[in-house]
Amino acid sequence: MSAAETTTAKAPPVRQAPPPGPGAGRHPGKPAGKPSAPGARTGASVPWLLLAPCLTVLVLVLGYPLYRLVALSFQKFGQPQLWGFQEAESVGFANFARILGDGEFWAVVLRTVVFAGGAVVLTMVLGMLIALLLQRVSPWVKALISVVLVASWGMPIIVATAIFKWLFDADYGVLNWLIDKLPGVDMIGHNWFASGPQGLAVIMLLVVWGAVPFVVITLSAGLTQVPKELEEAARLDGAGAWGVFRFVTLPILKPIIVMLTTLSVIWDMGVFPQVYVMRNGHPEPEFQVLTTYSFDKAFVVNDYGTGSAIALVTVFLLLGAVAVYMRQMLKIGEVE
Amino acid sequence: MLGLLVVAVLGFPVYWMVNTAFKPAKDAIDPDPHFFPSTFTLENFKRALEVADFWGPVGRSLVVSLVVVVIGIAVGMLAALAISRFAFRGRKIVIVGILAVQMVPLVAMIIPVFLLLNDLGQYDRLTGLIITYLTFILPFTVWTLRGFIVNIPKELEEAAMVDGCTRTGAFVRVVFPLLAPGMVATSVYGFIQAWNEYLYALMLMSQQNQTATVWLGNFITKNGTEYAPMMAGSTMMAVPIVILFLLVQRKMAAGLTAGAVKG
Repeated sequence: MSAAETTTAKAPPVRQAPPPGPGAGRHPGKPAGKPSAPGARTGASVPWLLLAPCLTVLVLVLGYPLYRLVALSFQKFGQPQLWGFQEAESVGFANFARILGDGEFWAVVLRTVVFAGGAVVLTMVLGMLIALLLQRVSPWVKALISVVLVASWGMPIIVATAIFKWLFDADYGVLNWLIDKLPGVDMIGHNWFASGPQGLAVIMLLVVWGAVPFVVITLSAGLTQVPKELEEAARLDGAGAWGVFRFVTLPILKPIIVMLTTLSVIWDMGVFPQVYVMRNGHPEPEFQVLTTYSFDKAFVVNDYGTGSAIALVTVFLLLGAVAVYMRQMLKIGEVE
Repeated sequence: MLGLLVVAVLGFPVYWMVNTAFKPAKDAIDPDPHFFPSTFTLENFKRALEVADFWGPVGRSLVVSLVVVVIGIAVGMLAALAISRFAFRGRKIVIVGILAVQMVPLVAMIIPVFLLLNDLGQYDRLTGLIITYLTFILPFTVWTLRGFIVNIPKELEEAAMVDGCTRTGAFVRVVFPLLAPGMVATSVYGFIQAWNEYLYALMLMSQQNQTATVWLGNFITKNGTEYAPMMAGSTMMAVPIVILFLLVQRKMAAGLTAGAVKG
């Protein structure tokens, strides 16, 4: 913590004057873009020159594969096509028809949505609680929590996965041993991964554990920006702790919460190594989520067309959540 | 009290990693867990370092992460500057575009990326891995640096320009130094993301070119997992990362939230 503070010392004035009222300065009706900005008078080509390298990389390394992903999902593309023995042939919507008509696929979709949804809610709630707690505890507990948060944040996913797998191990796991100590409970040898729901619950815990630090640290940064005067005013007006949180803190933090939630949705829908490593690279049918399912179809069965179609469906599923985030980001882009 | 409980629960996996790294391998797989190493041993570290080639994968990870960060910061900085300091037609589309890139789950792209690198002859090459990592490091870098730049008042630049600096001069002399902490924070975060990446490293590199994260997976075999050396290996990998993180996480969060609350 001390190190972080020393870097803050020479930082630019990070804090701007608090806005006159909550969100009062947010919709000043200032036309987006155009005049006012000092850059306006420089040639219009300058920003594009600055952007060129970034856009080039993204278009080439992401744009092309994205195009290829779409193309693949309409093709029959397997081993012979990969090695170039055969041309890829177009099969229209056949790949999509097959997966959409497959009951197993829908089970996977449902499982993924429930899994990701649960992980997101847990992450956000726990993250918020810990962030609020951080404001209250004594400095040394705060420092301790921060160290732990950062340590778990910085831990490679595969390591974290291995550790969780082991904590929940049937024979040597600490958790079974611990629960077994409770009177009347026999947990020795309980296999958490024998059933899909239980196993996925463990994986969800792992995902949440890995995601909470980012949420806590970002929310804490946000909480420091909540004007103290507003909270005090609310308290003077008779609001309880919950009232202050509900009507002062929460609205101010809303943009951050929306951002974090959306990012979490994207990340949790895209969970891969946790499931893959936890199940030793071969997730059983009841552990399959969209990512591992797509991966299996592509690289295990060597059906890249179907794998791509599944991946594409995943992207579309995400677009719903993304719409909210996009609007938020656009707003931020506008006010600057 | 509650605080300490949080520490205990959140911190336990980390503690368990370090604890296991130092205990004799047979204690690691004892049905009665040892909460402290009964005998303190460095055997696991030795095994990780000597028996299972540690430096090769770590070296490759280091090269990949460093190059990704250097390119990412250089390129991302220019882009961040463009979207935060210039008003121009198409700016909004660019912002949305760069953000939209984050929406595409990495795993969805693995198939075409694999085929693309295969076609380009970049499969199993560090360069191929570097290029692919840029796709997820760049949007993040641009967005975070934007947060830091926005926090530097334009008036500072304008004052320098009044004093006779060119626009570029004003940037180099005034903004750049103020931006340095933000750049450090962003670099560290980018470095860690690249360092910890697993999926692409697994898919795009062969056994003899694997990176550190994939190498750790080698301890998981069909006949069980060699937990103790694996934990020793991951402890060695995690320590520098955690220290870096501790140094910059505050700055990092400030950059991420900049402009989100205050607009």
